[in-house]
Amino acid sequence: MDYIIETNDISKIYGDFTAVDKINLKIPRNSVYGILGPNGAGKTTLISMLCTILHPSSGSATVNGYDVMKNSKEVRKSIGVVFQSRALDDILTGREHLEMHAALYGVPNELRKERIEEVLDLIALGDKADEFTKTYSGGMKRRLEIGRGLIHHPKILFLDEPTLGLDPQTRENIWEYIQKLNQKEDITVLMSTHYMEEADKLCDEVAIINRGHIIKSDSPKNLKRELKADIITMKVDDQEKFIKEAEKLDFIKNIMTVDSEIKMMVESGENLVATLVNFANKNNIMVNSIELDHPNLEDVFINYTGSRIIEGAK
Amino acid sequence: MAEWEGIYTIWFREAKRYVRYRSRILSSVVTPLLWLLIFGTGLGSAIRFGNIAGGYKAFIFPGIIGQTILFTAIFSGVSVIMDRQYGFLKEIMVAPVSRPSIVFGKVLGIGTAAIIQGVILLLLSFVVGVHMTPVIFVASFLLMIPISVGLGGVGLLIAIFTESMEGFNLIMSFIVLPMFLLSGALFPVTGLPSSLQVAVYLDPLTYGVDALRQVILGYGALPLYVSTIVVVGFALITITLSATLFSKKEQNLM
Repeated sequence: MDYIIETNDISKIYGDFTAVDKINLKIPRNSVYGILGPNGAGKTTLISMLCTILHPSSGSATVNGYDVMKNSKEVRKSIGVVFQSRALDDILTGREHLEMHAALYGVPNELRKERIEEVLDLIALGDKADEFTKTYSGGMKRRLEIGRGLIHHPKILFLDEPTLGLDPQTRENIWEYIQKLNQKEDITVLMSTHYMEEADKLCDEVAIINRGHIIKSDSPKNLKRELKADIITMKVDDQEKFIKEAEKLDFIKNIMTVDSEIKMMVESGENLVATLVNFANKNNIMVNSIELDHPNLEDVFINYTGSRIIEGAK
Repeated sequence: MAEWEGIYTIWFREAKRYVRYRSRILSSVVTPLLWLLIFGTGLGSAIRFGNIAGGYKAFIFPGIIGQTILFTAIFSGVSVIMDRQYGFLKEIMVAPVSRPSIVFGKVLGIGTAAIIQGVILLLLSFVVGVHMTPVIFVASFLLMIPISVGLGGVGLLIAIFTESMEGFNLIMSFIVLPMFLLSGALFPVTGLPSSLQVAVYLDPLTYGVDALRQVILGYGALPLYVSTIVVVGFALITITLSATLFSKKEQNLM
């Protein structure tokens, strides 16, 4: 397999806080690779090290075959980066941002016009291209940033939380761009996200990161399949009692509480919903609700870390 | 070659920003005029001032040019802090351009803004009754280059060590105002109490103002070549220093 990014025990330590702890990643060329984890898991720190603006405390990484410490300039030429926080200048127009970027990355003069038109076409800024970016909507700004990252035809595009803070429709649009891009161009996309749906929909492979560690990496499909389970979510009046009793049932592979709900991993859950309700009634436990789900990445995440990806959110 | 392109690009953005903030240009022309017309005329009528044609108003004219360059340069330098806060600095830092080139581009951009400001004032010299000739104009212009670049370097140095715009008042009180007041922009630097005298000669702007005064009015405390050497030397030092520190502290700038 041909890997475009490889890390070797890469770590970043701030005082006594370890933001990234000996991570080893292998990212296949031309894939869309997702780093999935809650806020503060170390996603941005990892990406910052890979795009050379942060030095690792230990370990190493190669990007497009170049070492991020020794050949940082070569690495920078090979990558396009869209940061989590906005990196636009209010008082420049969209086109000027693209021009500036092309110049900074040494795109030959005779190619610039063509590339800029090409990108403007892709990100569909329309007549807004010649207006100051302070007049842009959140989605336009993001599109401009993604487009800008593509001007110099990078081998790898880093997207740090590309759809954070965008409305659902814009998010869908950005997803479409990313998919189109990956299909059309010879480009690898490395993105971080804490949206399960995003990772599920876009990524060929996902690494689940929590507290600076990679817990698991595989394709979303395999990750879900590995759970070999449907998930039954129940709300009951006496949670403790229910769990105590339910632990004796052998068709439940795993049981855990998340917030005020009980989640149980079972095989072929359709047949078990009624059984569980009866079981609860027999034990004098009131069932408030019961739901059956086929696993999604969120469940994978919960299974591996024991907590939800966004605290308190559904 | 690519580095030149980088320097040019960063300079060009800085210049564009300067031209687009019209209110800033306007206020930086009006402020010195207020100093010249109100302060200059007011204090000029209260004191008897030497034998300079045009009197006190004319005396402070080069000083006010120095002040304008100082304020423009420091404020533009401090804009790096804003670039950092608004995230734009990351876009520049992750580009394949060397750190010194970023600093040079920035300093040249700041210098350009400050020089434009100075030229506007030179063109307004008639307001204070200063006689302007092409030679004086060109000589002043040439002097403004190292003055602006040196002070732009100071602005960048401040930006490198300042986390956010909250520190801005401190910068005003502890750096910008003392530099202005000690520079001899408003009073002759000869015959001062010795402690003040020392402080005055430690202020790099003193030499810039003295050189400008020498060129524009033919009056100064130091020989022109001495003040010019100090001004050029100071510019070289601040650029080198900020280029070095910028490379060294790039990790903290993110």
